[in-house]
Amino acid sequence: WSWGSRSALSWPFSSGSPAVRARASCDSLQCIAACFVTQHLLHLAESPGPLVCSPSCQLTCRRVALLRCSRNDVLVLTPWLAPIVWEGTFNTDILNEQFRLRNTTIGLTRTEGGDRELFLQTAEKHFMVGHRVTYYVFTDRPAAVPRVPLGEGRRVVVLEVLGGPRWQDVSMQRMAVISRFCEQRFLREVDYLVCADVDMKFRDHVGVEILSPLFGTLHPSFYGAARKDFTYERRPRSQAHIPRDQGDFYYMGALFGGSVAEVHRLTSACHQAMAIDQANGIEAVWHDESHLNRYLLDHKPTKVLSPEYLWDQQLLGWPRVMKKLRFVAVPKNHQDIRAT
Amino acid sequence: MGCCSLRADEVMWRRARSWGIWSPVFSPCSSRGSSSAGIISSGAFTYSPLSCSCFHALHTCEAPAWMSTADVLVMTPWFAPIIWDGVFDSAILDAQFESTTIGLTVFAIKKYVVFLELFLQTAEKHFMVGHRVTYYVFTDRPANVPSVPLAEGRQVVVLEVRNYARWQDVSMHRMKTISNFSQERFLREVDYLVCVDVDMKFSDHVGVEILSPFFGTLHPGFYRAARNDFTYERRPRSQAYIPRDEGDFYYAGGFFGGSVVEVLQLTTACHQAMVVNQANGIEAVWHDESHLNRYLLYHKPTKVLSPEYLWDERMLQRPPFLRRLRYVAVPKNHAEIRH
Repeated sequence: WSWGSRSALSWPFSSGSPAVRARASCDSLQCIAACFVTQHLLHLAESPGPLVCSPSCQLTCRRVALLRCSRNDVLVLTPWLAPIVWEGTFNTDILNEQFRLRNTTIGLTRTEGGDRELFLQTAEKHFMVGHRVTYYVFTDRPAAVPRVPLGEGRRVVVLEVLGGPRWQDVSMQRMAVISRFCEQRFLREVDYLVCADVDMKFRDHVGVEILSPLFGTLHPSFYGAARKDFTYERRPRSQAHIPRDQGDFYYMGALFGGSVAEVHRLTSACHQAMAIDQANGIEAVWHDESHLNRYLLDHKPTKVLSPEYLWDQQLLGWPRVMKKLRFVAVPKNHQDIRAT
Repeated sequence: MGCCSLRADEVMWRRARSWGIWSPVFSPCSSRGSSSAGIISSGAFTYSPLSCSCFHALHTCEAPAWMSTADVLVMTPWFAPIIWDGVFDSAILDAQFESTTIGLTVFAIKKYVVFLELFLQTAEKHFMVGHRVTYYVFTDRPANVPSVPLAEGRQVVVLEVRNYARWQDVSMHRMKTISNFSQERFLREVDYLVCVDVDMKFSDHVGVEILSPFFGTLHPGFYRAARNDFTYERRPRSQAYIPRDEGDFYYAGGFFGGSVVEVLQLTTACHQAMVVNQANGIEAVWHDESHLNRYLLYHKPTKVLSPEYLWDERMLQRPPFLRRLRYVAVPKNHAEIRH
């Protein structure tokens, strides 16, 4: 690099806030709005609903303002440089393009139980829209799987799991089952796996911004807690033990994922650790979640999802720091749950 | 779902007090001074590994999920971290990159060999310390390459290349040379390549925090400039052309890198573009740097290095948020004095 004749240029520095400028040749109103560079650039840019910008416009309209943070109220990057995914930190157009170019297929697994139909219906509206999706339904009664209308490039695969009714209640079995099916099917069928828990529904956009080799989700009750208050397993006898002076975050077991290879590693490791615990006559305080936390401490995730991706509005309300509630607990005592 | 359900505000205020920090927790960026003298930090809480008493121990630095480095952008909208002091923990990253070998390419053509000694000496002090490093020194004067004592796991490989009369040609042919040698050697010898200018010295830590599939560095003269002031190539005839309403950042040609595969793709693409330009009788305004910027616009980097990683103390007024100067220009007349 060279300074050469740059003294003629207007540096140091254009003063004041970034220029406000419209891109007149943009052929859609949403795009023009997004091109006005203001202090709230990134909030405007993330317009809800389907994107109507032409591809060339999407990639060019938004200028990245370096001397203005995307979120000034939350941590958006872990100390090991993994993004923490909050609304306002990412541009869906660029990310969608990156993942569409690779024809990415995403698998979504869900613990059995609760309202499967509501889960699938809301997933159709909000989960990875525009991408190829395979819903994996684990059941011992394949005939009882409801038929939900699906968008193009999306399908339901019913995986029969043998065993009595008890296996569904034991969340620890989830690790064993996912691990097994990674080898048998998922490696060949999808690029990424998202493993979700029962009694949840999608309420807002959950897209390719979450995809990375390995991701965990911040537990919504602990994102503000001190490390010593995390409900890690504290008994040294357990494989999931984490001492009080250790730990990055408290991740929730209800949503994790990554590439199939990484999810296979994680679920196998957790399953083995749980088997050892069982042999030693101990069960971790929060079951598979305790083991997940131990694993993610030793194997740092490459992305961390904010509690926007796992929320309970009845329990926790809607604090200012949550710009969107994307994946939420189904209200338990609600008569008409479809209305929420 | 767990026990506590505190209001987020409450918890934030308590956290600030338990850390012994009394500055306001919330400092909206929009209230920052926009004067040309530089951004004034209003003392908002910053997560910094250096403020942990237990910095060097793995796992033991607290990372509250809701506190932020509130004065600069630390992540691009496509999730590439922007590397500033205070956003990363070297202990964790060093462990992640434990068995990585890094290649550092530098071109010392004609009189530029005089910069090599200081370059290599300071690299030994600051560049990827504790990791395996191979310095690839491209020069037309192999006999003038100084012998600098190297730490264990580090070596210098001298590669003889031809020189060019014009410095612009020297600069542009770097792309071709790196591309060729990537295929011939680098793919087999190193995991990551870092390609830098030689008339510089390392003045502070430059470590594995920069490594990723592929990274560019923000040009220190343009980190505050408006997009239409970036010195992109503006003539549509050139292969490096970028329209005035496009562009994320202005990247410097003097510090880029990534995995060998990615660097190979980048340098090959840039070289091919320069060949087309030459056939059309046009040369991009900032030569290889213009082509690099075009490439990085359409192939987003996976990490971006802040101007801490490329600075010139004589030419620029240092703003307060630039906490470290890691790789800085060496005054050229100083080198002449040395001879």
